[in-house]
Amino acid sequence: MALLNWRKELPLFGAVLGLILILGVGNAAFFSLDNLADLLRNSIVIGIMALGVMVVMASGGIDVSFTAIAIFSAYATTRLLLETGGGESIVLAFVSAAFLGSILGLINALFIAWLRLPTLIVTLGTLSLFRGAMLTFLGSEYITALPNSMVAFSRWDLVTGLTSGGSTYRVPVAFLALPLTAVLVSLLLNRTYWGRGIYAIGGDRESAERAGFATAGLQTFIYCFVGALSALAGMIHVTLGRIANPFDLVGMELNVIAAVVLGGARLTGGYGSVTGTLLGVALIVMINNSLILLGVPSFWQRVVVGLLILIGAGTTVVRGRALRGVRT
Amino acid sequence: MYQDFDQKHIPSELIRIEGVSKSFSGVQALREVSFSIAPGQVHGLVGENGSGKSTLIKILAGVLSPDRGALFFDGQPFRSVSPKRAIRKGIQVIYQDFSLFPNLSVAENIALVSEVARGAWRVDRRRVRELATRGVRLLGVELDLDALVENLPIFQWQLVAIARALVQQARLIIMDEPTTALTRIEVDSLLKVIRSLRDSDIAVLFVSHKLNEVCNVADRLSVLRNGSVVANLDSKPFDPLGVAELMTGRPPGGRTVRDRPDDRRVLLSVSNLARQGAYSDVSFDLQEGEVLGITGLLGSGQTELAMGLSGLLPAETGRIELDGKDAVIDGIQSALDLGIAYVPEDRLREGLFPKHSVLENLLAASVERSCGFLSFIDFQKFKGIATAWVERLSIKTSSLDLPVETLSGGNQQRVVLAKWLSTEPRVLVLNNPTAGVDVGSKTEIHGILQQLAEQGCGIIIVSDDLPELLENCDSIRVMSKSRLSERLTAEATGEDQLYRMLIGEVH
Ligand SMILES: Nc1ncnc2c1ncn2[C@@H]1O[C@H](COP(=O)(O)OP(=O)(O)OP(=O)(O)O)[C@@H](O)[C@H]1O
Ligand SMILES: [Mg+2]
Repeated sequence: MALLNWRKELPLFGAVLGLILILGVGNAAFFSLDNLADLLRNSIVIGIMALGVMVVMASGGIDVSFTAIAIFSAYATTRLLLETGGGESIVLAFVSAAFLGSILGLINALFIAWLRLPTLIVTLGTLSLFRGAMLTFLGSEYITALPNSMVAFSRWDLVTGLTSGGSTYRVPVAFLALPLTAVLVSLLLNRTYWGRGIYAIGGDRESAERAGFATAGLQTFIYCFVGALSALAGMIHVTLGRIANPFDLVGMELNVIAAVVLGGARLTGGYGSVTGTLLGVALIVMINNSLILLGVPSFWQRVVVGLLILIGAGTTVVRGRALRGVRT
Repeated sequence: MYQDFDQKHIPSELIRIEGVSKSFSGVQALREVSFSIAPGQVHGLVGENGSGKSTLIKILAGVLSPDRGALFFDGQPFRSVSPKRAIRKGIQVIYQDFSLFPNLSVAENIALVSEVARGAWRVDRRRVRELATRGVRLLGVELDLDALVENLPIFQWQLVAIARALVQQARLIIMDEPTTALTRIEVDSLLKVIRSLRDSDIAVLFVSHKLNEVCNVADRLSVLRNGSVVANLDSKPFDPLGVAELMTGRPPGGRTVRDRPDDRRVLLSVSNLARQGAYSDVSFDLQEGEVLGITGLLGSGQTELAMGLSGLLPAETGRIELDGKDAVIDGIQSALDLGIAYVPEDRLREGLFPKHSVLENLLAASVERSCGFLSFIDFQKFKGIATAWVERLSIKTSSLDLPVETLSGGNQQRVVLAKWLSTEPRVLVLNNPTAGVDVGSKTEIHGILQQLAEQGCGIIIVSDDLPELLENCDSIRVMSKSRLSERLTAEATGEDQLYRMLIGEVH
């Protein structure tokens, strides 16, 4: 099973290596410690979100509201902590954000699992709803004076040092959230029957129901889970940026979905893996951060991302056809 | 009198349904149906397409709930049945549409249902593997356990679905047309499995349109007609002809008689056609109005050849002539342009757009031909054409606008057939055209094929149904190991001889 997965992700792995080579040869600064640290830091938020979106796509749905959930939860939690003076515990901060995120996810789930509305339409709606509600009821001003615990957390480094050029590089402890989430999602999807049920729903919902899966319950879990992960990502974004800006994050949905699709998930559902998603995230982050090093104008990044998606999706489909022996 | 107190109490019935009715938006699918299934018995269920067999099965499985009526399990009322509760009671179903997960491996498809029913939450890969191996071994077939179901040919889907039901600790196994895609060898091994299930006191509800098969394996037989049980036959032997009459309410139709000369113009001439790994060195002539049958064991290349002629798996070498002129078939479109239509074996995945209406499906292949590029579609006219086809093939549907997936299995089949017939092909290639179609309509479909042949259409039927081939074809060829045998005339060949050729005893 593991072997099979590896072979599937080999081309993607090759693409990541290829891109690293191109970027490294094009500009030696790519391999500098501060650039590498940058890349790691920049992959935390998009990576955690991508893992959540991958779970949704494996179940045959799509979620575009996750960025709104992320910033809503983070912004609301920050304000709550400031106003109640409960800002001393970082654990409390993350837990309450995750709780809020899963409540927002539950709203998605109500429409999707119980009213059986199309997932894209529901989450397009809630994207707008959550964001609007935040700006209307929670306010729209930036918060720069974050609670103490969040500030302290943002300064807590995993690795830090000086480059030969004399500048500091640092990877925050928050980075650990990415590998931890990856392990969690991987265990969930591959080692539990909840996870297998998620793939089963994505493969054929009617069959999943006939096989005895509680499909509505599973879907509810999925959207709450994604909500919680998004909130976590939102908190990390706010904490590391040391500013709670309600206008942040919304708008990066397509980048995240692009990473997930490049990672082998299909919009039609049933497919997606943690390894693939992480590789997809690596590609997107490198393109967004490092093409600049090569002197590529920033709007070219969009072109490159678009081409990659077409190539990525194209190869999956063509290979599937070849396996079935169908040619068109 | 000495009484043996230890004697095992064998309940006379495992599951009973009483007065069950079910309707779908105006269609009464089941009417006051009552019957019971006893442990250790094979209960046959037959009826025409759309008579309500699958609906009844879905009610037993908890997939649908009845509008009226009650279910009893072990003599106790069995209320608010859900799939999970039915599975926990030991009811296993092989669905007509297989109900597999195309994105998961064979092993997982086989093991998933029983693991979930057991209440397992942690995936135990060793156990999954063991279960899958056991299921496949019980059935006596070979399957690649690591392959994704999505990439399997259709007969293996059916084998996976069967294996999945067998690995369960079932008390009742319901089989909704489990043999449509199988050839005689797999069918024989399934029938053997069914007999051994019966010997271990498991009940089997067996649905099939192959009346010989049902009459042979069943201990009891219920006949559905238009949603009502019209007969419960309690003892063997069952007579297929009599059963057919009970199903349709009219005496069975006679044999399709042909009387055609043997020296007509050659319509399609194929020489040395080959494609790596699919078929090789295929040569034959098809005359105008000739019905050619091709049969072979599963995986001998007959499906690939049919796909080759219709552009789905184009030949790499060889030559095709149509009307004496060189023809190039390198894709579906070029085949269609030449007037070669293909009715696929796997209708659910290749032949239909399940969520679209009957009308759209019926016309999907012919619209483009009958109205030019960029011209308006005249819906009134098309409704007329579609209605005519619905009548001609007696497709049972309450409206042209219903999604085609709500039709019964056999009726979906007819929609596919009508879709391709309406393109008015010169050469029609059909892969197992009547699998899953009831006896009455089978005769009708055969009649239509003969009629087409009379009009000069060349017909190639790929089928595992030997009687069907012998009855309908002018000539038959057997395919084995990707190669085609000599031409046999149908009249001069008996079923036994053909079967022995098939399994390779005679050459
Ligand atoms: N979901 C649905 N919506 C509307 N009509 C339905 C639905 N499901 C079944 N029907 C109708 O109920 C009737 C009985 O269908 P059913 O599938 O039980 O037939 P069947 O006996 O299994 O036939 P077959 O031999 O062709 O499989 C058919 O007329 C069918 O069109
Ligand atoms: Mg049916």
